Amino acid sequence: MLKELVLLFLIVFAGTGGELCVTRAMKQIGEVKDFRPVALVRTIIRVLGVGWMWLGVALMAVAFFSLLGMLSLENVSFVVPVAALNYVAGALGGKFFLGERVTGQRWAGVFLICIGVTCVFFSRR
Amino acid sequence: MSSSKLAIENREDMLQIEGPHHGGSYSGRHFKTYFLILLVVIFSPLGNVLLGAGMKEVGPMTFHTVSEFLDVFPRVFTSGAIWLGIASLFAHFISYMLVLSWADFSYAQPPTAMGIVIVTLLGHFVLHETVTPLRWIGVFLIFLGVFVVGHTPPRTTEHH
Repeated sequence: MLKELVLLFLIVFAGTGGELCVTRAMKQIGEVKDFRPVALVRTIIRVLGVGWMWLGVALMAVAFFSLLGMLSLENVSFVVPVAALNYVAGALGGKFFLGERVTGQRWAGVFLICIGVTCVFFSRR
Repeated sequence: MSSSKLAIENREDMLQIEGPHHGGSYSGRHFKTYFLILLVVIFSPLGNVLLGAGMKEVGPMTFHTVSEFLDVFPRVFTSGAIWLGIASLFAHFISYMLVLSWADFSYAQPPTAMGIVIVTLLGHFVLHETVTPLRWIGVFLIFLGVFVVGHTPPRTTEHH
């Protein structure tokens, strides 16, 4: 069980940390308005010049391999719902790391997600 | 600045965004946001289920020694299901990155939880996993949480 908890911790915190860094990098390059393939490739090249993107990708790689490890031990219908804890980490990160205004309604939604995750966790055995 | 004043200013910011020369109207931005979130919602569960199926073939990872841990990787990276899963998750990542270039992280992230419902359904019907009633209740609550969060404005911060 300890192995699963460590992997879950890495999936949630490395995954959310990675997403927050990627968000910061994307906000730095500004809104993407041109969706033609050449323009998208140009955007990807531009974003690779932002340090936050590299840190984000590294953290997401850690989360990805932890996910593979967890999926080798548990069912996908258990792993993915339990990993929804990253929505809680995401709301906290959005507020404290990106300076977003998280409304009461968003917190209520996050709270429901937490109860849901708890139910899934206890459905394991 | 009070939070209500900030909210009004942010709302004005959203309503004024971009005329024809700057990438579309308020509703245009909403359409673009919803379309990309739809791609995120489709590719994420598909990728996870493919990875789940692939890892079931590969077998459990062990972490006792480094060599034991590394031994599993050749099997992981020769699995077709895992490569398809990686491709799906890459498509998910690109769509997600694009939507995050304008929408709040705390707005764009929660709708992806709909993928959890799809994963549970696919896990049950495709991978034949046992999903207990308690797990379904949990998944339903997560889904409900997504809808509560989903009805908030896409952006609450100033443009950089």
